[in-house]
Amino acid sequence: MNTIYKIVKSEKLNIDTFLLTVESEKIAKKSRPGQIVHIKCGNGTEAYLRRPISICSVDREKGTFDLAIQIRGKGTKILSCLKAGDDIDVMGPLGQGFSLYPRHKKIIAVGGGIGIFPLLQLLKDHPAQNKKAILGFRTRSLIILENEFRQSCNELLIATDDGSYGEKGFVTELLKKEVEKELPDMVFICGPTVMMKAGVELLKKHNIPCEVSMEQRMGCGIGACLVCVCKIKKDDDWNYTQICKSGPVFSGDEVIFD
Amino acid sequence: MNNINLEINIAGIKLKNPVIAASGCFGFGREYSRYFDLNRLGGIAVKGLTKLARKGNPPPRIAETPSGILNSVGLQNPGVKTFIEKEIPFLRSYGIAIIANASGNTIEDYEYMVEILSSADVDGIELNLSCPNVKEGCMSFGSTSNGVFEVVSRVKKKAGKPLIVKLTPNVTDITEIARAAETAGADSVSLINTLLGMAIDAKTKRPILGNVTGGLSGPAVKPIALRMVYQVSKAVKIPIIGMGGISNGTDAVEFLLAGASAVMLGTAGFVNPMAWVETIEGLEKYMIENNVKSVTELIGGLIA
Repeated sequence: MNTIYKIVKSEKLNIDTFLLTVESEKIAKKSRPGQIVHIKCGNGTEAYLRRPISICSVDREKGTFDLAIQIRGKGTKILSCLKAGDDIDVMGPLGQGFSLYPRHKKIIAVGGGIGIFPLLQLLKDHPAQNKKAILGFRTRSLIILENEFRQSCNELLIATDDGSYGEKGFVTELLKKEVEKELPDMVFICGPTVMMKAGVELLKKHNIPCEVSMEQRMGCGIGACLVCVCKIKKDDDWNYTQICKSGPVFSGDEVIFD
Repeated sequence: MNNINLEINIAGIKLKNPVIAASGCFGFGREYSRYFDLNRLGGIAVKGLTKLARKGNPPPRIAETPSGILNSVGLQNPGVKTFIEKEIPFLRSYGIAIIANASGNTIEDYEYMVEILSSADVDGIELNLSCPNVKEGCMSFGSTSNGVFEVVSRVKKKAGKPLIVKLTPNVTDITEIARAAETAGADSVSLINTLLGMAIDAKTKRPILGNVTGGLSGPAVKPIALRMVYQVSKAVKIPIIGMGGISNGTDAVEFLLAGASAVMLGTAGFVNPMAWVETIEGLEKYMIENNVKSVTELIGGLIA
């Protein structure tokens, strides 16, 4: 199975985040919003394991997909040095993406930090008439992909922790206001665990379904090694379930946030 | 092709080639069957099984290390009965050896496992006396010669299938442990299981693994594994299955030369899902280039 593709473009988005455009008709065509790819970083001597990255957006006509990657350690640092024309070893698309149901007419996508990335293609692909995005950043200088998001939804709300842009505060506070104004049919949340937990609890009170995208240190990326697990409810009990295979997207009400 | 013979018989387990997927890295084969034809393998050692289903340890369960990984999965598995019912029929659709990896908290658990697996459609049983990630059983039996002798001699009476004892490297002298397994009736030994290790996040001042400690595997452990296979091959007569950091055909040849009759690999597949197939191809290439007709010629062929 071929996993080697060409990089079309690498572009700096902010101080520590960059956008890689990769040529792969297979991944562009097959992937669904919320799915991940598993990337080898260099020759594997400096960073042994692959890195799981959410697909940010796809261009199905050109046969390319975009990955927005924050430099967090050795692996992402190696990826940040790649240039147009370089080869990249990518497994995917992997896992289960977001649910796109036509019956959901009004949706809200809520993202915090690097959690905003998988929401872009979700907003582009979702058939809803009314699509709202609530994105959170620490501060103004870190805000990225604002135009792309604005073009992909009906309304974009931005929150910053320090109030340097948009609303001051957390995205979950904005979500609360929006939900109280008008109930959405479905909400998608991706970001830090505390944020997703707060979002799920809020929506539960209003009886609104939601999906969250989980993150964990990953091994094989395909469900065999059982390392990237989270607690998922099953009947009256729960199981550790593989995020790479059964997720990363789960229904908000089935996840147990510790 | 080119008249080379990769077949090997490990204590009655027939393998069409000496490359086996290592337990814990390959699930029950379903996931990797989408990446390559499982028929290419010599065999599969399935995910570690226990009497009842186990949830495993809290995440994070993996930490990257220089040229390797630490894992602390903790034997998450659906239980041996579910394996027999749901996974054996799938695995049997391939022409490969099925090796059931069995763990327990008590000697009675091990007896139960070996008994039930002996009447199931598997080709061999790998007795896991070496998992570093569970509190009871396993490595606590496998760390002393007496412990190994006691468990193996007890379960041997119940075993209707070839019994492979998987050894831990976390001991002072692995040859003593291997001898104890052989004396107690083991048909083969497999080594090494992971080396007990730890990773700390300096930023948060916390351990990276949810279970604090974990087992080290990957290329980082290969020299230790090779040394142990070599030493054990001098100490016992039963066949050895070697593992620890094997990523390609050359690595596999090295283990055979050190005295292993077959090899297992697992961690390498996380980076390269084709690692098993490429290892078999690399072994074939080595044999052709070096005019080796049968893989058995390589076993213990070290010039020293």
